[in-house]
Amino acid sequence: MPFNILVLSCLAYVIFLFLVAWAAERRADRGRLGWLQSPLIYTLSLSIYCTAWTFYGAVGYAARSGLEFLTIYLGPTIVFIGWWWILRKLVRIGRQQRVTSIADLISSRFGKSNLLGVIVTIIAVVAATPYIALQLQSVTLSFSVFASPTDDGFSPPGTEATAIWVAGGLALFTILFGTRNLDAKEQHHGIVTAIAVEAVVKLVALIAVGIFVVWVMADGPADMIARIDASDIADWNLQPGRWAGLLFAAGAAVICLPRMFQVMVVENADERHLATASWAFPLYLFAMSLFIVPIAVMGLERLPSNANPDMFVLTLPLAEGQGTLAMLAFLGGFSSATSMVIVESIALATMVSNHIVMPVWLRLRPSRAVSGDVRRLVLLSRRISIGVVLGLGYAYYRLSGGSTALAAIGLIAFVGVAQFLPAMVFGIFWRGATRIGAALGMTVGFLVWAYTLFLPSFGPDAVIPAMVFAEGPFGIGWLRPRALFGVATMDPLLHALFWSMTLNTVAFLTGSLLTFPGPVERMQGAAFVRVFDTTSDSPRGWERGLAEPEDLLVMSQRIMGDEDALTFFETEAKGQGKAGYLPDPTPDFMARLERRLAGSVGAATAHAMMSQLAGRATVTVEDLMAVASESAQIMEYSARLESQQEELTRTARALREANEKLMQLSIQKDAFLSQISHELRTPMTSIRAFSEILTEGDLPPEMVANYGRIIQDEAKRLTRLLDDLLDLSVLENGTVQLNLGLSNLSQMIDRALASASHTKPERSFTIDRDLPMENIFIRTDADRLVQVFINLISNARKYCDAQYPELRISVRQKGGRVTIDFIDNGSGIPKESQALIFEKFARLTDQTRAGGAGLGLAICREVMANLGGTITYLPGQGGAAFRVAVPLRLERKAA
Amino acid sequence: MARTPRTPPLFLRPASYRQRRRRDAARLLPVVGVFLILLPVLWAPQDTFHRDTAPDGIYLFVAWAVLIGLAMLISRSLTAPEDEDDGAAPVDQDFGR
Repeated sequence: MPFNILVLSCLAYVIFLFLVAWAAERRADRGRLGWLQSPLIYTLSLSIYCTAWTFYGAVGYAARSGLEFLTIYLGPTIVFIGWWWILRKLVRIGRQQRVTSIADLISSRFGKSNLLGVIVTIIAVVAATPYIALQLQSVTLSFSVFASPTDDGFSPPGTEATAIWVAGGLALFTILFGTRNLDAKEQHHGIVTAIAVEAVVKLVALIAVGIFVVWVMADGPADMIARIDASDIADWNLQPGRWAGLLFAAGAAVICLPRMFQVMVVENADERHLATASWAFPLYLFAMSLFIVPIAVMGLERLPSNANPDMFVLTLPLAEGQGTLAMLAFLGGFSSATSMVIVESIALATMVSNHIVMPVWLRLRPSRAVSGDVRRLVLLSRRISIGVVLGLGYAYYRLSGGSTALAAIGLIAFVGVAQFLPAMVFGIFWRGATRIGAALGMTVGFLVWAYTLFLPSFGPDAVIPAMVFAEGPFGIGWLRPRALFGVATMDPLLHALFWSMTLNTVAFLTGSLLTFPGPVERMQGAAFVRVFDTTSDSPRGWERGLAEPEDLLVMSQRIMGDEDALTFFETEAKGQGKAGYLPDPTPDFMARLERRLAGSVGAATAHAMMSQLAGRATVTVEDLMAVASESAQIMEYSARLESQQEELTRTARALREANEKLMQLSIQKDAFLSQISHELRTPMTSIRAFSEILTEGDLPPEMVANYGRIIQDEAKRLTRLLDDLLDLSVLENGTVQLNLGLSNLSQMIDRALASASHTKPERSFTIDRDLPMENIFIRTDADRLVQVFINLISNARKYCDAQYPELRISVRQKGGRVTIDFIDNGSGIPKESQALIFEKFARLTDQTRAGGAGLGLAICREVMANLGGTITYLPGQGGAAFRVAVPLRLERKAA
Repeated sequence: MARTPRTPPLFLRPASYRQRRRRDAARLLPVVGVFLILLPVLWAPQDTFHRDTAPDGIYLFVAWAVLIGLAMLISRSLTAPEDEDDGAAPVDQDFGR
């Protein structure tokens, strides 16, 4: 097939995937998750275990060593059918602790330790490089096999150029896919759906080639068996050591590979999906492996002996002249490689940004942790990490020469990630596992793996001199990389697996037995090991009242995004029986907030950021002992008491708030009465005085006119005051007539801005608007809504005390409601007054006699209630901020 | 958090008894799997000279299919809506989403 058509079809396929992801994301955004969260999609997404290694490499593996390739799929099968042991617990822990990656899991288990996060991240990145190189190599190979020069002399570039194009394209694709939106959430519905589609493509492609081989090229299964018996691999060599060792390595890898962890634990939406996947995923593996041996046998039989067995899936249909089938196989291989690279690099990028970039940044500039825009940094670091990960993969491909068998490269990565296994499995089953033990074990295992398997894989004299292979470093014979401690007869892979896992486990256990865990560590250990016994209620670390809720809100907005943070705070406040957006910083609330933040930036970082605001988390060993020694009965009793008491506290707080409000209102009412009599009396006095003068007569006409005008002005003022009062009482009684109609929001704001510009015309205001968002038609009473806008804008003009005043008007549409925020850059409204500003006659300062009698916002509130909307004060926006929410379509009430 | 100190009953009602045995089966299945998959080691195919790729392959795939079938039966019966009385705590709520 001509090279350029091949590239075009790849691009078309990628665009198709992009559309699938985009559509899925849109669905998810609208909250219609439906089948996006079905066990089927979950199982199919798990199939990223089958990469190009399976698609191309397994056939090559079978052609070289018979049935041994099956271990790579039987190992995961055992892990999955044994889901009740490990996977169920991992998924439960992952959901309860909002784990973002395998590094996050290990770091949170051992006391939210940053050190462990860094170690796991480094191991994962290094171990992933051969794996990514494998994908690049297979795609490059398939290109070189499949592509032919075009008629006009446009020949395919060499393999190295292809590899660099593939790496660059994949990096771009992953960045577009995985870090598209500014939302730093860890679940990617779009990607998971695209991966599921790719899973179907590769399965269909491999099975199609298999069916072609068994029923078209051979005469059905019986003939196929005869051909297997006649082939070069009829007598395979089962080496018991390799058989068991590879089963173990594959089983460990399916849990420990960052991308498997990502789809299995992080993207898991429902624990029951795991139950389905426990048999459905092995079934998928079964289907993928079923035709591997027939394809390998047929390839050995039909193709020339110098053909690369890794490419049989592609070259066999090509040699038989089946262009369409070959194209399908090519796309299947392309799918396997792309899906692996996408998820792997996203998982690694999350780990790098959460465990390396964020902690470093927090240490460098702790003060900006709460104010700077963290989300931008997180996304940027993820994008760069994706590029770096792919760059490393490409470097490995170049260094290793790009000629090794695919399966051999993949196994290097498997043994590398298996180093997480002791820390992870002991961590979730044994409370005695400690941070130092885990760090020691993983470091030792990683070093042994690098020394005996990873570095030697570049070949003698590339990294390790050939002399070291032969005689050991400095002539120490028992340190030879392929014969540690003099064990020279073992297969190199098995040798590395055996020694790295053994030394890793020994170091881990010794370290754990000899060290004493810190308090947070013991707390987390108990929470992980006993995840099924308890609900999330572990002893809590945060002390009451040390952090200002407003600061917490500001910080959360930077990480979770404005809307999500506000919604979260509002729900929490409601749970505590408070109105508004600022809950009390109770330990419960702080713990929930921390866990929520951990879902975005990882446990260790979230913990550190909270500590910036709330001081150290105060858990002592005594606290833990106290919790542990309380008998269960007392705990239950106290739990009941506690819940009753909480109920009481909540009611009491509501009462206290109501009482305070009443007190203040009564004081205000008194103040208002005296004020209103004053307001009424002043104009009355002048009217009376001037009318008395007028009745006396004998005045020059210009004075009569002058006095008349004064009387008229004062009468107008009185009327305005009385109008306001009347308006308010009409609104409050709900007898107001609404003029419903469709009007454009942008025009309404224009009107309001024009009218409000008469207030303090001498102040120049910068208005920051979002015109495209404003272009919405709302069915409402436009005049009333404009009245509210005018009021808010004039208030900003009157009271904003910034030197260069600015007003930001932002509009958002969510569900059937439109919210319009008016945010200025003044000093805002003090916290103690925020609850009162919407009350009648409230006026914060007396120094500005602004004309009204403090009725403006009260009228606004009543208007909004009549329009079926709300008006609220938004704290924590850096100035006075009001949020107006109206329904998109206001229906006239039936009654 | 209510972990009552009541001593668990010595004998269970049939329904919960069955539920527990189903869990035991789920725990046992991987052991069976390891046994079936390691079994070919005993035939020591590397020492023999007859053509054993085909028969061994068929054995492994059949064993594999049996494991998948068993896993399906067990996972179906485990997730059937059945409230048991021994302490599977309610799932942690997803706060604020």
